[in-house]
Amino acid sequence: MVDRIAQIWGTRTPFGRGERWPVRVDQVLAQGVAESDVQVWVQSACVLCSNGCGIDIGVRDGVMVGVRGRAADIVNHGRLGPKGLFASWQGVQNKDRLTRPLVRENGELVETDWDTAMERIVSRSRSLLDTKGPLSHGFYTSGQLFLEEYYAQAIVGKAGIGTPHMDGNTRLCTATAAAAMKESFGSDGQPGSYVDIDECDAMFLFGHNMAETQTVLWSRVLDRIAGPDRPRIVCVDPRETEVARHAEVHLPVRPGTNLALMHGLVRELFVNGWIDQDYIDRHTMNVDELRSTVEPWTPEAVADTCGVEAEDVRRAAEIFGTSERVLSTVLQGFYQSSQATAASCAVNNLHLLRGMIGKPGCGILQMNGQPTAQNNRECGADGDLSGFRNWENPDHVQELAELWNVDPAIIPHWAPPTHAMQIFRYVEQGSIEFLWISATNPAVSMPQLPRIRDILASDSLFLVVQDLYLTETAQFADVVLPAAAWGEKTGTFTNVNRTVHLSEKAVEPPGEARSDLRTFLDYSARMGFQQLDGSPLLDWNQPEDAFNAWKECTRGRPCDYTGLTYDKLRGGSGVPWPCNENHPDGTVRLYHDGVFPTDPEYCETYGHDLLTGATVGPEAYKAMNPAGRAIFKTAPYHPAHETPDEEFPLLYTTGRTVYHFHTRTKTGRSPQLNHAARDAWVEMSVKDAESYGVTEGNIVRVESRRGHITAPVRVSDIRDGTIFAPFHYGYWDQDGAQGTSPRAANELTLTEWDPVSKQPVLKNAAVRVTKIAEGTGPSPAPTTTASRPATRGKARRHLLPTAGGPAAQSTERIAPAAAPAVATKEEQP
Amino acid sequence: MKLPVYLGLLYKAEGTLAQSFRQVSEGHGHEPDVQFLCQALADQCDQHQQALQPIIERYGEVDDEDEPERLHADGLQNSRSGPVGLLRDLQDLYLLASLVDITWTMIKQAAQGLRDKELLGIVNDCDGQTSTQLKWLQTRMKQAAPQALIAAK
Repeated sequence: MVDRIAQIWGTRTPFGRGERWPVRVDQVLAQGVAESDVQVWVQSACVLCSNGCGIDIGVRDGVMVGVRGRAADIVNHGRLGPKGLFASWQGVQNKDRLTRPLVRENGELVETDWDTAMERIVSRSRSLLDTKGPLSHGFYTSGQLFLEEYYAQAIVGKAGIGTPHMDGNTRLCTATAAAAMKESFGSDGQPGSYVDIDECDAMFLFGHNMAETQTVLWSRVLDRIAGPDRPRIVCVDPRETEVARHAEVHLPVRPGTNLALMHGLVRELFVNGWIDQDYIDRHTMNVDELRSTVEPWTPEAVADTCGVEAEDVRRAAEIFGTSERVLSTVLQGFYQSSQATAASCAVNNLHLLRGMIGKPGCGILQMNGQPTAQNNRECGADGDLSGFRNWENPDHVQELAELWNVDPAIIPHWAPPTHAMQIFRYVEQGSIEFLWISATNPAVSMPQLPRIRDILASDSLFLVVQDLYLTETAQFADVVLPAAAWGEKTGTFTNVNRTVHLSEKAVEPPGEARSDLRTFLDYSARMGFQQLDGSPLLDWNQPEDAFNAWKECTRGRPCDYTGLTYDKLRGGSGVPWPCNENHPDGTVRLYHDGVFPTDPEYCETYGHDLLTGATVGPEAYKAMNPAGRAIFKTAPYHPAHETPDEEFPLLYTTGRTVYHFHTRTKTGRSPQLNHAARDAWVEMSVKDAESYGVTEGNIVRVESRRGHITAPVRVSDIRDGTIFAPFHYGYWDQDGAQGTSPRAANELTLTEWDPVSKQPVLKNAAVRVTKIAEGTGPSPAPTTTASRPATRGKARRHLLPTAGGPAAQSTERIAPAAAPAVATKEEQP
Repeated sequence: MKLPVYLGLLYKAEGTLAQSFRQVSEGHGHEPDVQFLCQALADQCDQHQQALQPIIERYGEVDDEDEPERLHADGLQNSRSGPVGLLRDLQDLYLLASLVDITWTMIKQAAQGLRDKELLGIVNDCDGQTSTQLKWLQTRMKQAAPQALIAAK
């Protein structure tokens, strides 16, 4: 038995380059339940991060009683992380679940039946469509629904209503991953595979605290590190994360300066000749523009702008330039910071310059934050056109119109899809009067919360919220619809490296809660949305009907699902797309042949100027003649728009802790996880703490131009001049309101977004700090992760290490079976 | 030679555009993308003026009598409010940027005739940025127009 709160990554199972990652089956059962008590194990995959681990749900008497990892799954080889172990099932089986619809009566939310709730939605929706038209409607969805649900929602929005105002909270977590791949390669689609961890000689983690955000993936890295030929690790992160502690080179960049660092790394490749000129000539374009843009960025210039050592820039570049096989991963440190798309494209550029893409160990993983974010992007519930189609390409619009049997004119394709921040702006201005939010909690997760709360409370807005719990957001709703959770419905979803999993229904939802799919189908039917022949727009009954329709939508597109069925996904491992006649077992890596989906007839976008977001447009793109070549996209470095000054002298950045996911709607209801990180904190460096006269546990007020929070201080190894706050903590377990001591990190953040990906800039703002009280003890920050107490400076008082005790004991069975082979034939030499 | 007249026109048009970008930036603080990008684009216009400075010195200042009537365009004096006001302001910027863009094209023609490599290099750097400014304005207006013209209050 292992305490998986204290031992986040579990027991090491070392392996060497090119070997298969050994199986380790992790399992946890409710207290008092023995393995023999489990009546049935139901196949699923985990939704507590974006990794997509295969998981079995243990059921006894119609109740989930635990989980175990699936040994046969190519993603996790049996392992689970703390969030999957403790929150996946405990996070949904809870007395707080919504069991009946709610409607607002005289200012109060009161219980009602489904007919009343749906009719209220439909009557408002219909009257607005009649009087104001489709632009009065907006949808803000999630990275948590299933593929079938996104596809239903996309069709309802694009072919039923015809509104461009659709987006997901994926805009906050993964929009830049999609944008960077579209710009560089012509389409979304992850080039690399998790298997590249097994095969690489060096790993670069760009703004990616993998140890906390994807713990099982990090276990795979730790097992390589513990093996005979450990990969060299380079970490770009302003915090002393677990990744940084294992790194040969740690570049603790000043928040907001990522692109300057990337220019420096790219420049070193040019200067030292660490490039593959033959690959560049055959498979890429625009290299001269890249070369001239990075020219000023000597290691010394980078050091000056980014606050890192010039020598470390040289060392990092040398590792990239001289290692045989390099794997790069990118996440929120890049995606939620300044010039996000340009900085993330720079990672693609590094790989293209060395021709290290699509080959074993030479991958790029532009990560996702959420378990089903990929499906939102594919289906187009985020506003993109379904199946990675191009909204500027009339043929692609026509294909969808034929598929859905509707007039192409209804499909909004006259302008870019409206991104989340703009949707909220239109609500603020009163031109969107109907907003449907499903499975997300913008009242805690969006930037500048005082403003977001005002918007959600607008008198002109009719707000529908569909969720498991009465979240901070649901409290603003006019109608609340109770949703069935993971394990209570069947559907599929796809992870970061394109692996599709089936998640089967294990238990009944509580009370009258319904699957999101059923709710969207019900709305469509009640609204009377029709095809051209008068038949219902959505004539599906079961999730698999939706999946089959989706397969047709993907035929011939990069995300081709046509070779998959529910049956094929049952029993064994998830399968990475494209899966079709040519790739019946799926596809491990994309672009091994150096041919990219940039052809004008095929590509998902004609691209953008990365500095401004101006669209390139069809004529200019066709004139460029990409012809299957990747495109070096770049932009000049521009300083962040809010930088420290005399009034607000410190940089402010936000992020995650390993024990929580998003706004804790699930993890906060898992006793083990809640105990491990029960309340908010802020991190300060030793030097800053000394200069402000602050010690561990003192209560400070952190203030920006937009709001303030109060929280106890953890003196940590964060870079000097930077304050960190975890973004998980809201108010649902504090009487629902922020009161006089707000703690949500986004009270302080800035309303600004990347010009291309439109991802909000959540990771740089300017703040000031004031000590307001001594506090009553150490801060609640975990000691096991990036928030651990400082190791530098004077000796600190001893803090109790974070541990889970008896409740957090999990079993590990090491190597009970052979490791799964990676699915496909192309893996064979 | 009338090239100095057109160099003066371009110099002043860049200055007018910079001032107008700043006006729109300040007037539309609730649209952060407009606010921040207009600042950055105004800075680009300043840089274009700096790049032109040595050329203007080389060809000499304009004699006022050489200027035709109504040579210069006026900039934005005030910004408008509301969704349609934003659209109109962006349209005004588009007109001012178009004048800059086409003036660079005229200057380029003259530079080619004169085989002035220094000036040609400056035209290449600056006019590319001006055409991206136009593309951004068009992208942003196309995004804003349906909502402003159909649904806005």
